[in-house]
Amino acid sequence: MSATGKGEASSVREHAAPEGFWRGCVFSVDHKTIGKQYLSLSLFMMVVGGLTAYLIRWQLAWPETAVPGMRWVPEPTMFEGVVPPEFYNALVTMHGTIMLFFVAMPFLLGAFGNFLIPLMVGAADMAFPRVNRLSFWTLFTASSLLLASFFVPGGAPAAGWTGYAPLSADAQYSGVDWGMNLWLLALALEFASFVMGGVNILTTAINMRAPGMTFFRLPLLVWMHLTAAVLFLLSVGPLVAGAVMLLLDRTIGTGFFVPARGGDPLLWQHLFWFFGHPEVYVILLPGFGIILEILPVFARKPIFGYRAIVYSTIAAGALSFIVWAHHMFVSGIDARLAMPFSVTTILISVPFVIMILAMIATLRGGAASYPTPMLFAVGALATFILGGVTGIFLGSAAVDIFLHDTYFVVAHFHYTLFPSVFLGGLAGLYYWFPKMFGRMMNETLGKIHFWITIVAFNCVFLPLFAAGMRGHMRRIYDPYQYEFLKPLQPIHAFATVAAIVLFLGQVPLIANFFWSLFAGRRAGENPWRANTLEWATSSPPPHGNFVEAPVVHRDPYEYSVPGAVEDWLPQHVPAGGTQETRRE
Amino acid sequence: MSEPERLRTAAMDTALRPVIPNAVLGMLFFLGAEVMFFAGLISAFLVLRASVETWPPVDQPRLPVVAAAVNTFVLLLSAETMRRARAAIGRGRPDGLRRWLAVTTVLAVTFLVVQGMQWIRLLRDGLGATSGAYGATFYTLTGAHALHVLAGVGVLSAVLWQALRGRCSGEHHAAVEACGLYWFFVAGIWPLLYGLVYLS
Repeated sequence: MSATGKGEASSVREHAAPEGFWRGCVFSVDHKTIGKQYLSLSLFMMVVGGLTAYLIRWQLAWPETAVPGMRWVPEPTMFEGVVPPEFYNALVTMHGTIMLFFVAMPFLLGAFGNFLIPLMVGAADMAFPRVNRLSFWTLFTASSLLLASFFVPGGAPAAGWTGYAPLSADAQYSGVDWGMNLWLLALALEFASFVMGGVNILTTAINMRAPGMTFFRLPLLVWMHLTAAVLFLLSVGPLVAGAVMLLLDRTIGTGFFVPARGGDPLLWQHLFWFFGHPEVYVILLPGFGIILEILPVFARKPIFGYRAIVYSTIAAGALSFIVWAHHMFVSGIDARLAMPFSVTTILISVPFVIMILAMIATLRGGAASYPTPMLFAVGALATFILGGVTGIFLGSAAVDIFLHDTYFVVAHFHYTLFPSVFLGGLAGLYYWFPKMFGRMMNETLGKIHFWITIVAFNCVFLPLFAAGMRGHMRRIYDPYQYEFLKPLQPIHAFATVAAIVLFLGQVPLIANFFWSLFAGRRAGENPWRANTLEWATSSPPPHGNFVEAPVVHRDPYEYSVPGAVEDWLPQHVPAGGTQETRRE
Repeated sequence: MSEPERLRTAAMDTALRPVIPNAVLGMLFFLGAEVMFFAGLISAFLVLRASVETWPPVDQPRLPVVAAAVNTFVLLLSAETMRRARAAIGRGRPDGLRRWLAVTTVLAVTFLVVQGMQWIRLLRDGLGATSGAYGATFYTLTGAHALHVLAGVGVLSAVLWQALRGRCSGEHHAAVEACGLYWFFVAGIWPLLYGLVYLS
């Protein structure tokens, strides 16, 4: 940490990126490279998570029949393509764990957070580049440990993604021994990785802002990541403590969560959901951030109510710490606790309604065009509304007692997470792909992908609300062992066919991604004519991001400003300047 | 200059001059997570203790209250020496920094050795981690803290190594500041744990 002259520092900007496999990739500290690695990891894990969903859906529609294309899985995991009950439990557990911790977080926080935040605040890199590098390899190790659990004796963890004790606390209950330990280790490493990531994101967004980039000139995506990082850091500790205790219960035989040894299983649920509910917003807010970036660009209007959105985000974040027990209304918590948690849960919908209304108001009267990123953003917004509205039913303890642990809950949280992670994330991928790889994605394939995805998703999960309202319990291997669920088989069959269409509907995305990577139209610096700083540098940006240090002169969403020559005014263009005066 | 440092310098060049250095700000956020980690452990301790009628249980060995009190004093003393280390480099005195960092490290190791000896004695007396909530919470809470002290010894040694190589000056000592914050946290949370685990 020796003192460095300013001359030396500025010459660094033209310094070439380190090259070669080891220095340029494995140990690269460039946030853009690391962001792309997070992207690859999360997309790979998404395929694994999708495969588990395929097996679950097939079993629900046609129980104990051979799943097409799965005969290669050896016994005792599967039998001639048939999913046995133990493996079904493992599949449900792994689906939740993978999709939340190893897809949603690396995709939204890891990939987009890493790639975009330094660019958006006008910095050359993250505040702690080496910590950034370490956090990726920690997550990679965690993913490997989690996937390894498929191959250890006893198989993958099978206590649900929430790992409720005592089911998770002793091998005799779930029949899984090392799979569960690996699950706990994978989670602990995953959290360590995102603690590093959260600290890095916060420090970068606060300390590395370019001159002129005041807090209220930050793009909303950065605000969302700031809030998400604070929520994560303040909520993850109790769960790590719980994970340590659960691991001790499993390995050396302490009795924190096992009633037979004097423990308290509800304690685990409190620790888990104290993290688990803020975690929902840790995932949701960055998804919202992507939508909020895209809407004004294609509506060609400033975002409606920038400050209202920021304050709502902070309010929602604060409230998210006092709603967790709504996950436990049927767990046997004190009835006197249910009422206050119902109130806070329903209260938290207020800031989200403000955000949603601000998004809709941004669209109103705009000169909206609908290329693929905008389609995904608007699709995510529309889909999320259904997830949000059904959440109000579940927030009320009285209603929740009937609906909890039914497919209503399954449909509800898929209606919140799928729009924010998948639709929102893909909106972001289509939108920032030109910045990441320097080429445009194909519009026709993108639109085909969008329409298949959004229609198929709604066909999968909309019927499940109905199934849940008719009392269909979730997490059961064969629903049709119950007489009253037999008439619901067509619903499951329909949902399963739709899910298969949803999976096949991703083929255009994969084709588009790889085709565009090599043969897409050159993007240029700013293909969407957007204002934020990531578009003020080349695509992909050079090592160190900006050839000239950017200076910020205005708010991030100055579109269609009266009197301006063009309908966008980038943040870095000085007052009175036009597009022609931009550095080029 | 290594590549990350080069990047960081380039980054700092663009940034507004930060009110709080990166290392210190990052450490503050990290400590926020740490506070919540211990809050989780402590709440688990309180919940489990409330479910037992007599605490400490009659058939379990007593904890060494006096020895741990002395050890608490050692740890608090190390916080004071850390403060002096920070103050020394703040006045541009690297020699003072080196001296007080070394004393802090020695005190930290002393604390760990005494803790380890107590653990061994308690295990010999029959307080097992599996013999109920009393033992389990004791070993988990003090163990989690001891691991933090151990990590602290690592951080202190790393900063001391930097100081011995002459890498800290009156202008560049963010690492000392960050290390100091961590150490104040580790030392500061111990009296709370001591009061809960040993005295209550």
